[in-house]
Amino acid sequence: MTKIDPSRPETVLPTPSHTVGPFYGHALPFPGGGDIAPLGHPDAVTLRGYVYDGEGAPLPDAFLELWGADPDGELPRVDGSMRRDPASGGFLGRNGVEFTGWGRVQTDADGHWSARTLRPGARGASAPYVSVCVFARGLLVHLFTRIYLPGDDAALAADPLLRRVDPARRDTLIATRERSGAYRFDIRLQGEGETVFLEFQ
Amino acid sequence: MTLTQSDIDREIAAERAAYDKRRAEGAPVEHQPRRDYAPYRSSVLRHPTRPPVTIDVGTDPELVELASPAFGERDVTETDNDLTRRHDGEPIGERITVSGRLLDRDGRPVRGQLVEIWQANSAGRYAHMREQHDAPLDPNFTGVGRTLTDDSGFYRFTTVQPGPYPWRQHLNAWRPAHIHFSLFGTAFTQRLVTQMYFPSDPLFPYDPIIQSVTDDAARQRLVATYDHSLSVPEFSMGYHWDIVLDGPRATWIEEGR
Ligand SMILES: [Fe+3]
Repeated sequence: MTKIDPSRPETVLPTPSHTVGPFYGHALPFPGGGDIAPLGHPDAVTLRGYVYDGEGAPLPDAFLELWGADPDGELPRVDGSMRRDPASGGFLGRNGVEFTGWGRVQTDADGHWSARTLRPGARGASAPYVSVCVFARGLLVHLFTRIYLPGDDAALAADPLLRRVDPARRDTLIATRERSGAYRFDIRLQGEGETVFLEFQ
Repeated sequence: MTLTQSDIDREIAAERAAYDKRRAEGAPVEHQPRRDYAPYRSSVLRHPTRPPVTIDVGTDPELVELASPAFGERDVTETDNDLTRRHDGEPIGERITVSGRLLDRDGRPVRGQLVEIWQANSAGRYAHMREQHDAPLDPNFTGVGRTLTDDSGFYRFTTVQPGPYPWRQHLNAWRPAHIHFSLFGTAFTQRLVTQMYFPSDPLFPYDPIIQSVTDDAARQRLVATYDHSLSVPEFSMGYHWDIVLDGPRATWIEEGR
């Protein structure tokens, strides 16, 4: 059953998703996972927020992956997000110079996460955004959403996704400015203020 | 009132009957679990109740989600795919070799992408502080590995057979032995986290997590095949498990991919 013959397209069917469970802690997080911005870069932004369940309780065991373009709207093609040390077998971390565009952050015991990345540039018809993939114990299939940054109202108004979203829920996709270069983005998995999640076809 | 296995069994049966009814009424095959699968209690408050907003990736080739982060030789060390060689001594347990191909929906190999795994030790215990199961830790086994798929999309791990473990959702709840997998494709839309199981595990009918995949054929795709040609003489038992990434990718093919 699980040897798939690509010459028979009817056997090439998707492998089902499963929850990440509670015990990924030694496997997936890595030091500097949220330090996506190269050191001292003028376009660095801080993103942070909480992940909440349907009763408004913060999740202490969720993690997010962030993936975005560089300030020119170019997609990074450089590896090295989780550089390893061949001597110790441990993690070296990022080199602080290259921008890989991708990071992975856990929520802490309070359900809070934070990351530093570069302010994304626009691509295609979209306003600038950072793509987010949410994983958690209890979540049988991960969830995609987007973090749009506030400021350029014309770009947000023209964005093909934001134009289609129910106006009452649109703000769940747009971060709140806390101070210069720092934004808050909470994720509500269920219920009042439920975040808009995306499905790609 | 204590939640018992028979309570969960009834709920699993009801979910299967509901799926069979949907199918009989002409609904499509469900390759993926539903996020609101109540027999798995942790899902109850952690699934959205609003339908997702659908994005047709054919409308804009510039979508960020149509590309994927890059991983390379800097992100893995040579012994990362051998979970039995991460400590000074040998882990306890039956050594196994797990290998297979990472494919896209067109059956094309997904090359050079990151595969990460984690698992319990042979006694069914995770090396995790929050793990409460009273089974021995193995000082020579953390149960974590990673590798990059090769030019034909193959991955390969050497590890030990994980044990089943209790997980306290209900009285006498046991997870069938499994290895957790995390996978990247050429598009972020293809991202997948899942679990691989072993053939003929007697715990399958009782486990709401594997049963969350209500379609029989889809559930079977989570179970590896014993493969004698992968068994290493005098060393390990071999299991083959191919993985197909769901989710759309770009319809054009990049040079060299
Ligand atoms: Fe597990």
